Amino acid sequence: MAHYDGVFNTLGLRDWCDAGKEDGPMTMAQLLAQAKGADPNETTGPLPFPSLDSLHDACSRIPQTREMTAGLERFFLDIKNSLKVVLDPITQPLSWMLDGALWLFTTIPWWVLIPMLIALTWYVSRSRAVTIFVALAFVFLGAIDHLEVAIQTLAIIFVCTGLCVIFGVPIGIAMSKNDTLQKGTIPVLDLLQTLPTFVYLIPLIFLFSVTESKLYGIAIILYAIVPVIRLTDLGIRLVDKDVIEAADAFGMTSRQKLFKVEIPLALPNIMAGVNQTIMMSLAMVVIASLVSAPGLGVLVLRGIRNLEIGVGLIAGLGIVLLAVMLDRASKAALNRVDVSRSTR
Amino acid sequence: MTETTSKPEPQIKIRGLYKIFGADPERVLPEVQKGMSKSEVLETTQHVVGLRAIDIDMYPGKTTVIMGLSGSGKSTLIRHLNRLIEPTTGEILVDGQDVMKMNPAELRELRRTRMSMVFQKFALLPHRSVLDNAAMPLEVREVPEEERHAEAQKWLARVGLDGYGASYPHQLSGGMQQRVGIARALTSNSDIMLMDEAFSALDPLIRTDMQNLLLELQEELHKTIVFITHDLDEALKLADHLVILKDGEIVQQGEPQRILMHPEDPYIVDFISDINRARVLRARTVMTEGITPDAVVHGDVDVNDTLESVIARAEGRTDQAFRVVRDGQPVGHLSMTDVVLALVPTDASEQRQATV
Repeated sequence: MAHYDGVFNTLGLRDWCDAGKEDGPMTMAQLLAQAKGADPNETTGPLPFPSLDSLHDACSRIPQTREMTAGLERFFLDIKNSLKVVLDPITQPLSWMLDGALWLFTTIPWWVLIPMLIALTWYVSRSRAVTIFVALAFVFLGAIDHLEVAIQTLAIIFVCTGLCVIFGVPIGIAMSKNDTLQKGTIPVLDLLQTLPTFVYLIPLIFLFSVTESKLYGIAIILYAIVPVIRLTDLGIRLVDKDVIEAADAFGMTSRQKLFKVEIPLALPNIMAGVNQTIMMSLAMVVIASLVSAPGLGVLVLRGIRNLEIGVGLIAGLGIVLLAVMLDRASKAALNRVDVSRSTR
Repeated sequence: MTETTSKPEPQIKIRGLYKIFGADPERVLPEVQKGMSKSEVLETTQHVVGLRAIDIDMYPGKTTVIMGLSGSGKSTLIRHLNRLIEPTTGEILVDGQDVMKMNPAELRELRRTRMSMVFQKFALLPHRSVLDNAAMPLEVREVPEEERHAEAQKWLARVGLDGYGASYPHQLSGGMQQRVGIARALTSNSDIMLMDEAFSALDPLIRTDMQNLLLELQEELHKTIVFITHDLDEALKLADHLVILKDGEIVQQGEPQRILMHPEDPYIVDFISDINRARVLRARTVMTEGITPDAVVHGDVDVNDTLESVIARAEGRTDQAFRVVRDGQPVGHLSMTDVVLALVPTDASEQRQATV
């Protein structure tokens, strides 16, 4: 006897319930109860929530919860092959880009690469303090033999952030122009932003081989693209309506309006989005090391796995250092484009 | 003056213009056309009547001032001229061409070459230099940079901003920013200039400066200006033709001097009761027309002299009389008693009963 037998009996569904009765494998709860020597069908104890499992006890036609998770898994496995046919070629360039960037960054000798990166910092930030800080940080990372891994992480960040901007900004612009699209996209962005970072990896591991670089590339891009989309949308919507009206009154086409008015005026917001995107891809790059992403994350992972406290902490510090470098450099770039400043 | 001299074709004709804001303006329109009041429409249909039965003629080279308090629909009206706002029904003819029937390309052409606009909040591009801002209308038309900068430079100099080309808008004061706004409108080289409360955001002194600048420019360029304001003094100073709006309807329109002397509505009487009539009324408005050769006169005054200056001429004595001349030709007679009488505001209801 189960708790909800009475319900099915009074509804007259007893025959229907028992018609397809077959003994499936026992659940863990049933096993435990059996081990304790109790009758698994006994109706003692408090009334359980009428969940699938407890209804199943009373009527075997009701599926158990484990069948739901199994069904989802089956569904994934079923569509896996056809999905792979489509997704594999589309995402293949990502693998090439990541592998190419990693190869490039690790092949260029350090005495060429580091000055180049410092020059790049100066070019985007035009700030002496930031440039000096970046130079010192590289020297420090080099001195403690973490330069190569840090450079690997940096290469991944560059590729992923670049792609986030390439895809995110147009999506944001489209959203700002179309309210329906915005309403449809926002829940997806919310989902991407709140989904636990590990969960990103689950469907990806099903789809792609763990050794492929695009696996972590996709995970990082999906996670980090959200702020640049949101802030592009917001930035363009916040452009002063009076200025837009003036642009209309002088007969600008929508293309002229977009490139001459809206994007330049939304640029501070878009840059803030890019800054956030960089920070988020840096956060994801550690988790991505679980699925073969090279870089500082691997050392952090080693620290956790083997309890090599020193290795993990130093690698963590290296990531913080990278984060501060990227943040300061992109913020300085943001300040430079800020329209409230007079010189450009 | 405008009304007596030979009448050219109006450059802009507005006929039967209605604007209703709300979910389904078309449905409400017949009711509004039948004369349902604004508050009634709002109560029964949740629609707001923005403009009702607007008919205005605007003549080339003249300044038409549309005046009304906030919410009177004046900003809505000016935005219909270049179709920044779509009307519910009505016709707007610019040089005989119906703006409402234009396709997007024609409309862009109209906005680029035939109408320019000056805004209350300046609406300059904050990321562009003053020179680039002034050159914007030509940039939109894809005029080469050198040419458009030369043109913009010329107009910046004309509005008194020589040497500010490299500055950015936020570095300039409000008055100077609006000068850039005017230079931008002039650079577009269109005949029609729409000015939406262009001077309302400025300090009184700067505002007077800008009004004088506009009058000066107008003397030279003869643009067809449509000027929106809520300030009666400003309206009287600039207008060749004055349109007074209230709750989206025209209360009275005509030559400003005529409106002052013959207000047709208690609303206008209230409106004009506070102004300094001596400063606004002109000799031509008060004079007796025709030449009376034997009359005793104490001197000549110009038709456009204000009563204030006439009183000053007479040194306050009321027993004097003047001959009124236009371009040196005598056209009328002005006695100081008429001048003093004209300073007493007319009562609208009486006036109307007298004319009916």
